[in-house]
Amino acid sequence: MSPAPIISVKRLVKKFGPITAVDDISFDVEEGTIFGFLGPNGAGKTTTINVLCTLQGPTSGWAFVAGHDCMMEPASVRKAIGIVFQDTTLDKDLTAYENLAFHAYLYSVPKAEIRPRSEDALRFVGLYERKDDLVKKFSGGMKRRLEVARGLIHRPRVLFLDEPTLGLDPQSRANLWEYIIRLPERHNVTVFMTTHYMEEAEVCERIAIIDHGKLIAEGSPEELKKTVGGDVVYLKTKDNEKAKAEIKRLFEIEAQERDGELYLTVQRGDTYIPLLISGLAGTVLSVRQERPTLNDVFLKFTGKAIRDVEETEAGTIKEEVRAYRRRH
Amino acid sequence: MEFNAVYVIVLREFKKFVRERSRLISTLARPLFWLFLVGGGLSRLVRPEGVSYTQFIFPGILGLTVLFSSMFSSISIIWDKEFGFMKEILVAPVSRFSIVVGKALSGTVVSLIQAVAVLLFFPFLGLKLGVPEILAVILLCGLVSFCISAFGIVLATFYESYESFTVIMNFIIMPMFFLSGAMYPVKLLPGPLKLAAKANPLTYGVDALKHILTPVRTGPMSPDFPLSLDLAVIAGLSIGFVVLGARFFERKT
Repeated sequence: MSPAPIISVKRLVKKFGPITAVDDISFDVEEGTIFGFLGPNGAGKTTTINVLCTLQGPTSGWAFVAGHDCMMEPASVRKAIGIVFQDTTLDKDLTAYENLAFHAYLYSVPKAEIRPRSEDALRFVGLYERKDDLVKKFSGGMKRRLEVARGLIHRPRVLFLDEPTLGLDPQSRANLWEYIIRLPERHNVTVFMTTHYMEEAEVCERIAIIDHGKLIAEGSPEELKKTVGGDVVYLKTKDNEKAKAEIKRLFEIEAQERDGELYLTVQRGDTYIPLLISGLAGTVLSVRQERPTLNDVFLKFTGKAIRDVEETEAGTIKEEVRAYRRRH
Repeated sequence: MEFNAVYVIVLREFKKFVRERSRLISTLARPLFWLFLVGGGLSRLVRPEGVSYTQFIFPGILGLTVLFSSMFSSISIIWDKEFGFMKEILVAPVSRFSIVVGKALSGTVVSLIQAVAVLLFFPFLGLKLGVPEILAVILLCGLVSFCISAFGIVLATFYESYESFTVIMNFIIMPMFFLSGAMYPVKLLPGPLKLAAKANPLTYGVDALKHILTPVRTGPMSPDFPLSLDLAVIAGLSIGFVVLGARFFERKT
């Protein structure tokens, strides 16, 4: 009998006037795991987090965190959660230590515990030596680490991270992931993360893919990648049409064409490649293999690559929501 | 109400204020300029009986100090909103009421520091004040600061961006100063201006200070309202603004 999920969302809908940002989504998150919400910008990730953090109420549906209803018992939810927002919410004119202490007071951490917990948190994210420096002097990566440390001070049961590595350079990102991975075991906390970076979603134990406010797929990264069906082998040949027919004849596989390359999905790419090369008898110009990625999963379910979506429509949805909120 | 939240909100404001030493000096410049440059000049022109013009405007200048300091402190809420720190406060398990009281108190602390600094110039004006009077003035300045801070908070809930700041400066703060009995008595104002002055919370604060600081009890330069009225208005408005502020905070965020 598995324990109750620490986060439970049922038929959640959130509308901003005519715009439906979140469209009837349901999912559960198991305690002590790292859960990721993957989707392009404007997919509804931030809106979902806002509802779970009690910053906004749902239009319909339910959201439960740590056993409390986000709409009916917001104060109880807030005590049990920590949040790192997309934009910095630190006070730049206070020191790192002061930011943590401020948070501790706000969350009614017992006075005697404030200093030890703040110092431990600073040590955990490697900022102890800078504890008396003003935050305005910190780099983006340092600020983000400090915010993660701050989110843990009051020992929440869930830590929400909204696009935690957005805007960070690759080194800071890798650095931050190292801390995020250790969170459940070191701090007894469940991590709920939103991201549009696939590599980041790979870090999660379970992910839910969201697009246009709808939940597209859910499962562990491995499970989802398996649904794509296997490895993808890419071929460039002297005559793609002929090669396609040959492949159909020899292996009974439908190869597809994109950008001048043929590609086909097989279970064991590494064993298939020699067969293809010999089967196509010297017409193969180049061959490469790719293991399935989450982008392939996204592609399969939505017909688009995550990056393509970002460049076109998603941005406008976000802007529409922002404009609506500014007016009302 | 969460006292630890109120405490830390005040502490934060205090620390940041004390850190900006240059700001401290420049905020003192304004009242002192008004007192000695404007007051000094006008005192040649305006020679009422029993009180020098600079002595007359002293309560008003204390009011000016408190007005600017309290309003600026409350308007920093707009800063916080724009730079994201407000989100950290809003997402915490703290009631809006505590946040508003905390902000109002932090404005009070900062204003009091400045008011006391200006108050210490009284010997230069030929005023003789004993300890009881000084304590009374400090207490009054505290009450008025709280009232104006709370007013500023209510105002701040309507604004989202920092650009609105200059609007507030010109259309609200300056009229509040000029129509408070600071530079000229309310009783001598023409009809519409007198009405506006009576609707201004600062008027009652300045008037209460006049009861303690102004050497004359009768005549045009004397206080415009009874002290009991002044105190009642300030106290009542303080409570009203805090309640309104908490309500508007709730709705807007």
